[in-house]
Amino acid sequence: MKKLINEPADVVDEMLDGMVAAYPDQVRRLDDIEVLVREDAPIDGKVGIVSGGGSGHEPTHAGYLGEGMLDGAAAGEVFTSPTADQLQEMIQACDGGAGVLCVVKNYEGDVMNFDTAAELAAMEDVEVEQVVVNDDVAVEDSLYTSGRRGVCGTILVHKAAGAKAHQGGDLGEVKAVAEKVIDSVGTMGMALTSCVTPEKGEPTFDLGDEEMELGIGIHGEPGTERTDVMSADEITEHLTEGVLADLDLDEGQEIVTIVNGMGGTPLSELFIVNRKLQEIVDDHGLETWDAWVGDYMTSLDMMGCSITVCAVDDELKELLAHPCDTPALTVRD
Amino acid sequence: MADTDVQVEALHAALANVADRLAAEKTYLTELDSAIGDADHGANMNRGFQTVLEKTEGMDGEPAEIVKAVGMAIVSEVGGAAGPLYGGSILTASQELDEGITAETSVAFAEAYLEKLQDRGGAQIGQKTMVDAVTPAVHTYKKSIEEDDLPPLEALAKTVDAAERGVNFTVPIRATKGRASYLGWRSVGHRDPGATSTLIILEELLETATEYLDGEEALDRDATSPTVPDDGDDAEEA
Repeated sequence: MKKLINEPADVVDEMLDGMVAAYPDQVRRLDDIEVLVREDAPIDGKVGIVSGGGSGHEPTHAGYLGEGMLDGAAAGEVFTSPTADQLQEMIQACDGGAGVLCVVKNYEGDVMNFDTAAELAAMEDVEVEQVVVNDDVAVEDSLYTSGRRGVCGTILVHKAAGAKAHQGGDLGEVKAVAEKVIDSVGTMGMALTSCVTPEKGEPTFDLGDEEMELGIGIHGEPGTERTDVMSADEITEHLTEGVLADLDLDEGQEIVTIVNGMGGTPLSELFIVNRKLQEIVDDHGLETWDAWVGDYMTSLDMMGCSITVCAVDDELKELLAHPCDTPALTVRD
Repeated sequence: MADTDVQVEALHAALANVADRLAAEKTYLTELDSAIGDADHGANMNRGFQTVLEKTEGMDGEPAEIVKAVGMAIVSEVGGAAGPLYGGSILTASQELDEGITAETSVAFAEAYLEKLQDRGGAQIGQKTMVDAVTPAVHTYKKSIEEDDLPPLEALAKTVDAAERGVNFTVPIRATKGRASYLGWRSVGHRDPGATSTLIILEELLETATEYLDGEEALDRDATSPTVPDDGDDAEEA
């Protein structure tokens, strides 16, 4: 399998240096570890917001570093949790005296390493709180988790909590906003092809030319159902109905939708999915307040997409519309 | 001071024994893990304890400081789930040794280790995880010391037996926690790798404790230490 890499073992290290070179005004790297932070971190008196996890989901997480979103992003090896000591260094580097919120995706390794890091940071007198995102409606338990996986809905948590912290919210208020998003969001994904990790160099799972997987996660783990390839409209219906059945929203509810590319699908196809998605939510009597389309949380070069729906109230709308300036997401006044 | 010196010496010897044994069992543990997990437990534990040796080499401070360094080395090097489970639990429990290693503090260490392990991993007994070995080990150690008033060496020997029964208990049951739970009934018939590495570590602690608490040679080596404390170096257990 062809890859634009040097040595598999150097992928994360070289990627991070390349990101810093691309956005020197926005991000910097902590010495000797795989962590990027906002260029101006820590920000005095502001609640720090940090996230992280395995690499391979770019622009997650470092793409969301900057004003109005994240202060720190830890990059583990590809699809592997960062270690607790790296997370601890990140937490301390992002503490401006008001404490730090860790936004963790529900994968056992991530949760345990963040837990340990929070304890280590607490020993150094940093106030740390944690939220665990578990928006994937496809599974109850999976290869990597007890409970539902955390996937693309995490970006909305970064956005809302980041805005609240930027507005001066204290650690409790920022955490409450993050939990509100987690309680309001659902996601379901699908794959037309497997991704190829740099270490392995071949597809993680085999899919025939005429097959696809529904209910996939973001690590090339198998989905919940393998079917013949369907049309874009049929796929969109399947994913959207899965998410809506889980959220059980009232008619007239305002929502944010995300059509997220998994890394190998062109925007044109994501727009086709979004067209159908908006038809379906309209049929359900839901009001789309904002529709995002793009590669927000990928799985290397996997072809496919996920659909996210998040119910929003006035508070979340205000926070999601709040300006932010990051490499991967910019919202202007 | 002399007591502490012997404890520190015993601690270093125990870590060396554990590291040697894990290196020897690396392939076996990975085979166990490849049956029901992601096939890295042997390599991870071996790498972790080699790092432990590097980081603790020559440390001659308080035993608690050395144990804390052990936890930190594991947390930094092992990663995955085993890193926080082993390393984080050792780190937290090391605080119980701040007053030195005694029969009392070693029981507190063991209990704190189990509590943190369950808290972090969310596992209860019967789910085919390392908790199945640690729980009976800790309860046996506590009972042996506090109720039965056994000498530490006998208590530790009973602890190893209890852990071994716990490991055997993981074979016939179905995993409902951790990576193996994904296999459902296919996990039946396999020994849990984390419970097995726990037993291996306890066996080496017993081996070291036997050398230091039972052997007259250990006494003779250190002329400044007229008696090795009988509530000595068993506290690294669990």
